[in-house]
Amino acid sequence: MPDDTVTIDASGLRGIANEPGVAKPDPIIVVDGMRRAFGGIVAVDVDHVEIQRGVITGLIGPNGAGKTTFFNLLTGFDAPDTGHTTFKGEVIDGTSPHRLARRGLVRTFQLTKSLTKLRVIDNMKLGAQRQRGEKFFNGLFAPLWKAQDREVEQRADELLKRFKLDHMRDEYAGTLSGGQRKLLEMARALMSQPEAIMLDEPMAGVNPALTQSLLGHVKDLRAEGITVVFVEHDMDVVRDISDWVVVMAEGEIIAEGPHSTITSNQRVIDAYLGTHHDAPLNLSEEQARIAEDEAIAERGRHHD
Amino acid sequence: MLLAAIDWGFIFDQTLTQMVGLNAAVYAIAAIGLNVHFGYAGLLNFGQVGFVAVGAYGMGLSVTLWDLHPVLAVLGGVVFAAIFALLLGIPTLRLRADYLAIVTIAAAEIIRLMARSTALRTVTRGAEGLNEFVGPFREYNPFDASQSYGIGPVGYRGTEFFAILIGWLVALLAVLLVWTLMRSPWGRVVKAIRENEDAALALGKNAYWYKLQALILGGIIGGFAGMVEAVGKATVQPDFYVAPLTFFFWLVLIIGGVGKVWAPIIGSMIYWALITFVQNLGRQLVDQGIVPTSVMDPSQVDQIRFWIVGIALALLMVYRPQGIFGSREEMALDAR
Repeated sequence: MPDDTVTIDASGLRGIANEPGVAKPDPIIVVDGMRRAFGGIVAVDVDHVEIQRGVITGLIGPNGAGKTTFFNLLTGFDAPDTGHTTFKGEVIDGTSPHRLARRGLVRTFQLTKSLTKLRVIDNMKLGAQRQRGEKFFNGLFAPLWKAQDREVEQRADELLKRFKLDHMRDEYAGTLSGGQRKLLEMARALMSQPEAIMLDEPMAGVNPALTQSLLGHVKDLRAEGITVVFVEHDMDVVRDISDWVVVMAEGEIIAEGPHSTITSNQRVIDAYLGTHHDAPLNLSEEQARIAEDEAIAERGRHHD
Repeated sequence: MLLAAIDWGFIFDQTLTQMVGLNAAVYAIAAIGLNVHFGYAGLLNFGQVGFVAVGAYGMGLSVTLWDLHPVLAVLGGVVFAAIFALLLGIPTLRLRADYLAIVTIAAAEIIRLMARSTALRTVTRGAEGLNEFVGPFREYNPFDASQSYGIGPVGYRGTEFFAILIGWLVALLAVLLVWTLMRSPWGRVVKAIRENEDAALALGKNAYWYKLQALILGGIIGGFAGMVEAVGKATVQPDFYVAPLTFFFWLVLIIGGVGKVWAPIIGSMIYWALITFVQNLGRQLVDQGIVPTSVMDPSQVDQIRFWIVGIALALLMVYRPQGIFGSREEMALDAR
């Protein structure tokens, strides 16, 4: 079977053991003993996991596996009951989300959070960090922030063009389609010039044509050296862009590895993919499936 | 024709006089503060009258207790309003929006009841209120108290004219301040927090701090409404600051259009014009016997005017839910 992953050689992850909690050569995020329970339900219980810098890590798992909770814990939107997290080698336990964002760890949300009554361009400009005019008294005096604001706007316009949203620049964000909102949210996150970006189901509800361009953008992020972690259910997407896949089930990390090893991992198949999954997992399987369908159709014609 | 007996000229004079009068200015200023809270920052403040009261008492007490210069007394009102905002905001702004709403409505009543309580009689003079603070302010009045000032049919006595002028000046400056701020990156963050707090957090904005700043700003503006009212009426009366007043400020804001910078001023003018017009017309209809006393007696006119305002508001919500200045386009976005 061919290796489907894109840059396993370049990522520095070649030859790493495919087991949960494996140490990586250059981790940007390290999680230790993280546990979060809601009442009696343990949503997240991760012993140890490392996220490699500069690669795309896919986080998959069945519904209710704790993926989004894990995201919330990593980005400060929720606090773990126990455990420690480091980002760029610094402990970030209990750090609030806005501080983490300033330190270069930003996220997007499963349900897009467009600022509907702000124009698209204002949505973008909001993403920029350390804006002088965002301080109350500076805000009163336009000369103090106008020049910086123009720079921010220029950068925003460039990103809008790259994400093909420039024609919507002056529209309210609320008028965008679901897919465009996903694009806007990603572009907006990039305005903060992050080192790591966490995308919660970036492709959900996006039409197939747009999916391709979104995938392209995610790969571009990696090319720029940004670490990407994303949650996704579409296995085609996971195969297409992830260098490394982490599988969660019932709050725990049950498997890690390149896409090709994950899809044949028995624990993953049992917990998530199943033996009769809806979508084919690789090319040979897809071809087999098509042949099967054609055979059925053929039989149907003979009966007529 | 029965309606010929009505003195329309008088009614319009009265309406115009109230439309640009002291009350209209006070309501406009209070609503500007509320606009900062709700229109821009999305904070549900149901106790704006508390800020109005705290501003008035802060200024009044600065004179009666500490004998401060009027400028410092105004600063006193500002400081009181800011402290009140901190007291309300620090415990609640980390929580969901509802908590601020609950706390503000209760806190406004606490302020009023405290001010009129016998326990604080030596400080706030209980239900009598503060009556001996206005002297130093009046010294700055360039207008003759015994003369009437105004344009056309609209005229006020010198002392009132001074207060009205100051009132609209404050309103204008407040609008200018809000307009400047909301066009700045600071305003962008505040509006973003209104739209979605988590999104703002994820983009590195300290939502709590911005909400606190907005609460203080709107509260101080509300405090100015109290100060203008107190100077204009030469008294700080605890029972003026009753809870329903907050909802009239809301009414003013909604008429004008939530989140629009001029809305409170126009909203307040419309509100006072409407109230005065209905009241005067009602009185004359009863006085002239056009409406028989078996249907409505003179004492009921004052209640009827609020019915009419209620009906007018209902009609506004049906035909122009975004208010006078609001944009239908923005309104439609909420439904998406």
